Amino acid sequence: MRVLMLGWEFPPIYSGGLGTACYGLTKGLSHHNVSVTFVMPTGPANVKGEYVNLLVADKIYKDKRIKIKQIETLLVPYLTSRAYDHEYALSMKKNGVSGILYGRNLFDEVYRYSERVKMIAMLEDFDVVHAHDWMTYQAGIKAKKASGKPLILHIHATEFDRTGGHNLNQYVYDIERMGFHEADRIIAVSNYTKSMVVRHYSVSPEKVTVVHNAVEFKEGPDYKIKKTDKLVLFLGRITLQKGPDYFLEAAKRVLDRDPTIKFMFVGSGDMEPRMIERAAELGISKNVLFAGFLAGDDVNRAYHMADVYVMPSVSEPFGITPLEAMKSGTPVIISRQSGVSEVINHVLKVDFWDTEDIASKILALIHYKVLNNELKHHGLLEVKKFNWDIPAEKCLRVYEEVKR
Amino acid sequence: MKKVCLYFQVHQPYRLGKYKVFDIGNKSNYFDDKKNKEVMEKVAKKCYIPTNKLLLSLIKKYKDKFKVSFSVTGVVLEQFEKYAPKVLELFKELAKTGNVEFLSETYYHSLSYLYSKEEFEEQVRMHRKKIKKLFGQKPKIFRNTELIFNNELANYVERMGYKGILAEGADHILDWKSPNYVYKAKTTKKLKLLLKNYKLSDDIAFRFSQRSWKDHPLTVEKFVHWINKSPGEIVNLFMDYETFGEHQWEDTGIFQFLEKFPDELISNGIEFVTPSALLKHESKDEIDMHSFVSWADVERDLSAWLGNKIQVSAAEELYKLEKKIKEINDPALLEDWRKLTTSDHFYYMCTKWFNDGDVHKYFNPYDTPYEAFITFINILNDMVYRIKNKEVETKPIKVPITEFPSKTLK
Repeated sequence: MRVLMLGWEFPPIYSGGLGTACYGLTKGLSHHNVSVTFVMPTGPANVKGEYVNLLVADKIYKDKRIKIKQIETLLVPYLTSRAYDHEYALSMKKNGVSGILYGRNLFDEVYRYSERVKMIAMLEDFDVVHAHDWMTYQAGIKAKKASGKPLILHIHATEFDRTGGHNLNQYVYDIERMGFHEADRIIAVSNYTKSMVVRHYSVSPEKVTVVHNAVEFKEGPDYKIKKTDKLVLFLGRITLQKGPDYFLEAAKRVLDRDPTIKFMFVGSGDMEPRMIERAAELGISKNVLFAGFLAGDDVNRAYHMADVYVMPSVSEPFGITPLEAMKSGTPVIISRQSGVSEVINHVLKVDFWDTEDIASKILALIHYKVLNNELKHHGLLEVKKFNWDIPAEKCLRVYEEVKR
Repeated sequence: MKKVCLYFQVHQPYRLGKYKVFDIGNKSNYFDDKKNKEVMEKVAKKCYIPTNKLLLSLIKKYKDKFKVSFSVTGVVLEQFEKYAPKVLELFKELAKTGNVEFLSETYYHSLSYLYSKEEFEEQVRMHRKKIKKLFGQKPKIFRNTELIFNNELANYVERMGYKGILAEGADHILDWKSPNYVYKAKTTKKLKLLLKNYKLSDDIAFRFSQRSWKDHPLTVEKFVHWINKSPGEIVNLFMDYETFGEHQWEDTGIFQFLEKFPDELISNGIEFVTPSALLKHESKDEIDMHSFVSWADVERDLSAWLGNKIQVSAAEELYKLEKKIKEINDPALLEDWRKLTTSDHFYYMCTKWFNDGDVHKYFNPYDTPYEAFITFINILNDMVYRIKNKEVETKPIKVPITEFPSKTLK
């Protein structure tokens, strides 16, 4: 089986949640004898991918087959178009008029990528096209048309998740909707996401297969962190989708009861300034730390430091961070409005809006040691059972079903 | 002549309501009265009332030839009084027939034997008193919560004056022996041991409506044939009373089964007996059981209630409060505490199902077992607060959150 896979990021070049998932999946597929050609929009030339034949779209065929000038891009997968405009304006300011260096907006970038992928699809040999998230859907459709091969769209998040259902970007929604209707099959990362797609994009449920994500377990170093304060962690983009405001309101309730506990935000995002302000308004600035964006080992260190990890997402198609926290032996509290809550048991579950319940559970985890230890112990055992071979096998079954 | 002993366990716990950390010190009504009422009314309608009526009519029809026995917990009797008085009336009628025997157990369906012998004896005494008052009987036979049993317990119960005890006929108790005889508990003088025939009991209690079972559907003829074929003198059919109409719904034909059962049995020359009638039987052999055995799950041990650390911790913390609560003489507090000793609260904290990915197989009012634990410990925390408040009496103290595991209260 040969797969043309379309994505936005791939380790080691850039590794957010989507990149990590693509990496795990391609690794799992390689164990099932599937050969994957992975195309991403940008990155250094001559990069080698593990387990895949990695193509960087803007570095190949340049000037030869694609008549678009090679450009630097601002594109990262989680940007909403508004955030892109913001980044764009910033870069304009920084570079003066040399703003032509960048695409006018996100949608130009998406278009550019799709044109390159069309060329690649005409030249490469493969059996199916497998595209991840909306920015690749246009490219997927073009690849399908150019090659006559079936198209599988993999949903890691929809516009509804990113915006919490308010102020959707119509253009993104249209691309998603068109993609879902053009696709031969859809893979959703959870039942939660599947129901979202069925409800909001009028897709027939039979067309959607649920394949839950996995996580790779590696024995990490013992960080030997010395600390005196009890620490509750938020780790993720500080955006509406992730519910940072609920985290903060819960923190206030906890601190009313136990003023010794510390709260930490790791990550950045458009809501960060507002959160700093809000902490001050609530009079809890002293106990709320903003660590900014962390990567690599620092992320692991943050998980290890924490006594409780909270993922209060408003809408989380899957949500890999709780599994990462469990790997570090940190008990987690997760939003029921998440895909990951369908597949893990040794966690505490909350509704993201119920800040009293979140606070009550934080206090229980801090004060009831047996509970903390039990969740730590069983969480670790549970997360060790996750393995990318399982989702890869499910994807392979989908490939086989649609292969012409 | 072969004998059959029918024994039913009747129990409903007082389920706890939502109780958050923030409720500590502010809310001392721990129980979900609305839900308990709802459950009681539902089960009364589906099971207790129709089954009691059916048994009454069967006793009327077959006179002394049909007999059954029950153990009914104190907490379910209270809830009958409050929410379903009709059920209690029917039980009283059953008692009056003279063909229904009531057994002893702990009033609160608790694991108290494992933690406090003093509390255990008190709860057994409370239950005896209740049974005497409602049904006019003084039980001679004891059944411990969930048929939890071992040698030491047998001795203890014998010293309390009981003549016989029920236990699970688990394979690891019996080895090669058959459950179909009366045995003597090894370390006792002469305590008779009645063992559940779990194969035949579970054919009704669990497999009756299981379509994947090769013997489905189970007819009375088939079942009585199995009893006949089964070796030994007695077949002890022990099960939850809720089997009828609740675990096995009416449309499975469970009531028709029960209705036809006496006729088929009697015409095959098999006799119905109650447990105390079996005391006359010679012991076939001795049973030596060091570790605890119960009738729960495949493990038939204590792991359903005390299988993980949160369960053990919750139980230990609960019993740590016993002495203080008894000293300060606050009847409401003591009653609340006793309601928490009910084994169901610990059952809800069981996580062993998770490891088989078998989460949905058991009913739990909580989202997760951890939720059950948090609720329980929050409530204990409130009790600690009530105890301390009672001690200083005059000025209320600031609401603390007590760390658990705790040191014994000073």
